[in-house]
Amino acid sequence: MIPNIFKGKLVLFLMDKNDLVKIEEGVYELPMKGEMRVPGRIFITEDMLESIDERTLKQVSNVAKLPGIQKYSYGMSDIHCGYGFPIGGVAAFDLETGVISPGGVGYDINCSVRLLRTNLVKEDLKGRENEIMDALFDAVPTGTGRVGKLKINFEELDSVLINGAKFMVERGYGTNSDLEFTEDNGCLIGGDPKDVSRRAKERGMPQLGSLGAGNHFLDILVVSEIFDKKTAEVYGLLENMVVVLIHCGSRGLGHQVASDYIKLMDEKYGHPEFDRELVHAPIGSLLGQKYLSAMRCAANFAFANKQLITHNVREAMKKFFPEFKMDVVADICHNIAKIEKHMGRELLIMRKGATRSFGPKRKEIPSKYRGVGYPILIPGSMGTSSYVLAGTNRAEEISFGSTAHGAGREKSRTEARANVTYESAVKNMKDLGVYVKSRSHKGIIEEAPSSYKDVSEVVRVSDSLGIGKKVVRLDPLIVVIG
Amino acid sequence: MSYEYLDHTADVKFRAVGSTVSEMYISAADALLDTMRGDIKILEQKEISIEVEGKDHEILLHNFLEEFLFLLDAKDFLVAKIKDLSISENKIKFVVVGDSADNYKFTNDVKAITFNEMKIGEDGGKYYAEVILDV
Repeated sequence: MIPNIFKGKLVLFLMDKNDLVKIEEGVYELPMKGEMRVPGRIFITEDMLESIDERTLKQVSNVAKLPGIQKYSYGMSDIHCGYGFPIGGVAAFDLETGVISPGGVGYDINCSVRLLRTNLVKEDLKGRENEIMDALFDAVPTGTGRVGKLKINFEELDSVLINGAKFMVERGYGTNSDLEFTEDNGCLIGGDPKDVSRRAKERGMPQLGSLGAGNHFLDILVVSEIFDKKTAEVYGLLENMVVVLIHCGSRGLGHQVASDYIKLMDEKYGHPEFDRELVHAPIGSLLGQKYLSAMRCAANFAFANKQLITHNVREAMKKFFPEFKMDVVADICHNIAKIEKHMGRELLIMRKGATRSFGPKRKEIPSKYRGVGYPILIPGSMGTSSYVLAGTNRAEEISFGSTAHGAGREKSRTEARANVTYESAVKNMKDLGVYVKSRSHKGIIEEAPSSYKDVSEVVRVSDSLGIGKKVVRLDPLIVVIG
Repeated sequence: MSYEYLDHTADVKFRAVGSTVSEMYISAADALLDTMRGDIKILEQKEISIEVEGKDHEILLHNFLEEFLFLLDAKDFLVAKIKDLSISENKIKFVVVGDSADNYKFTNDVKAITFNEMKIGEDGGKYYAEVILDV
């Protein structure tokens, strides 16, 4: 139910926004208006309505104005205000009449999450949490603009952009199994490094193997609750098992690719009046294809980056546990555009702060998972639970195989700084039994869980709509944030 | 020369003002740099001359601000101050003074400069720019 204090605001905003219409429990429609080509569809509960601001709804309606959009402009349950697309925004486009927009992917191309299971149980870490946290912090550089540990030249960088995680595995930084269980095997085919500017390459080259800043993190968690035993077993997840979750993206390289193509498309096609970030090009045009190619290169950089981080975590943990083993359960993209087949038709799907939900039988997923669906990873905010869900066939029917990607920010960083102190944030984490480390106090303050939506609620909506079925809950033990 | 942060849920939004366009640009750079490096003191060890172009006001401002992200990521250069800034219709020249970023402990959250809700204009004899940073 809506708390009383929000009632006045809600009425105002609903009237202002020409009413969201409730279709069924957990599904609201933003009806067609003005230049919208399709309606909006937002997967939220009545309780979540209060956190949706007008700017976010405006972004849903702006996306609905893009040529070639199919069925709906979607908002997942963690939707919040972005730029161009909302975060949690998904849209599908016809390959002939549709467009591609860098604003539908975002600046952090292939910002993604990898889950790894280990041969440790919670008790193995007891009393060594601080040492382990420090070792991980040293093994994986944090902070935007901070340099990684692997020095490569331009030629090698081109190979990273073409081959993704495979580049690392071929150099001994990982296993074939790491690739097998990563979305698209850690490599989007069709990336040509010639489509990536020298400037983007210069920004990315020093950063391979680094985490970045903001909401990027490296967590050690424990499997604390199992909802679906059969699927958990297929994923190799057992109660009390220690797992590792890595969240990072394509660093400065991806940011520059997005920025470059926003300007190139603006130059060639101009930009929509309603939002310059929604600048776009026809999918089939030379520029549209060049962006797709550069975006794939950036995505491959992100896959390679996370692969190198995985290797560095393995090496760091082996110093504590000589028999340490860690295997990829899943690695899933948040910010990406991909050509996928839905209902027998090839379409371009843009997911901005949203994840793929592919159910049983999809040929894109590893054969081991084809009976249960590919895992969906929903990280919580710092110190709160994260969830593993399973992709569903239902998601293919109602959201072009998409679901939520995380908790979703609810309060601004400024508000967090005004209300949270470093000491209180660290104490809160300590009370929860969570060890946390960041390069700066600021990171810990701004990422405090009070600034985020309740991830359990986000997961509940996905689960009850059937666009992602709950498999296990993970609770954090050690958190390293950018 | 000054700026203020405006409310924005997921990202950082600022409004920079100046009595002249050049001052407004420097205020915008201050807002960005303060977000990138916090209020740590950067030594003035090196200078780099920079020239940036843009076909309209928004793109020029975007390219100008993006230069600071490029300097940090690609050149490991952290800016202490800007000098000798001159601006013409679609070109801006300036000199950055600063130091190797590796010498400092800080966290830069800024991933990109966005065009989202970007506004540039004149109000009561002052120039202003509103920019959202993707963090």
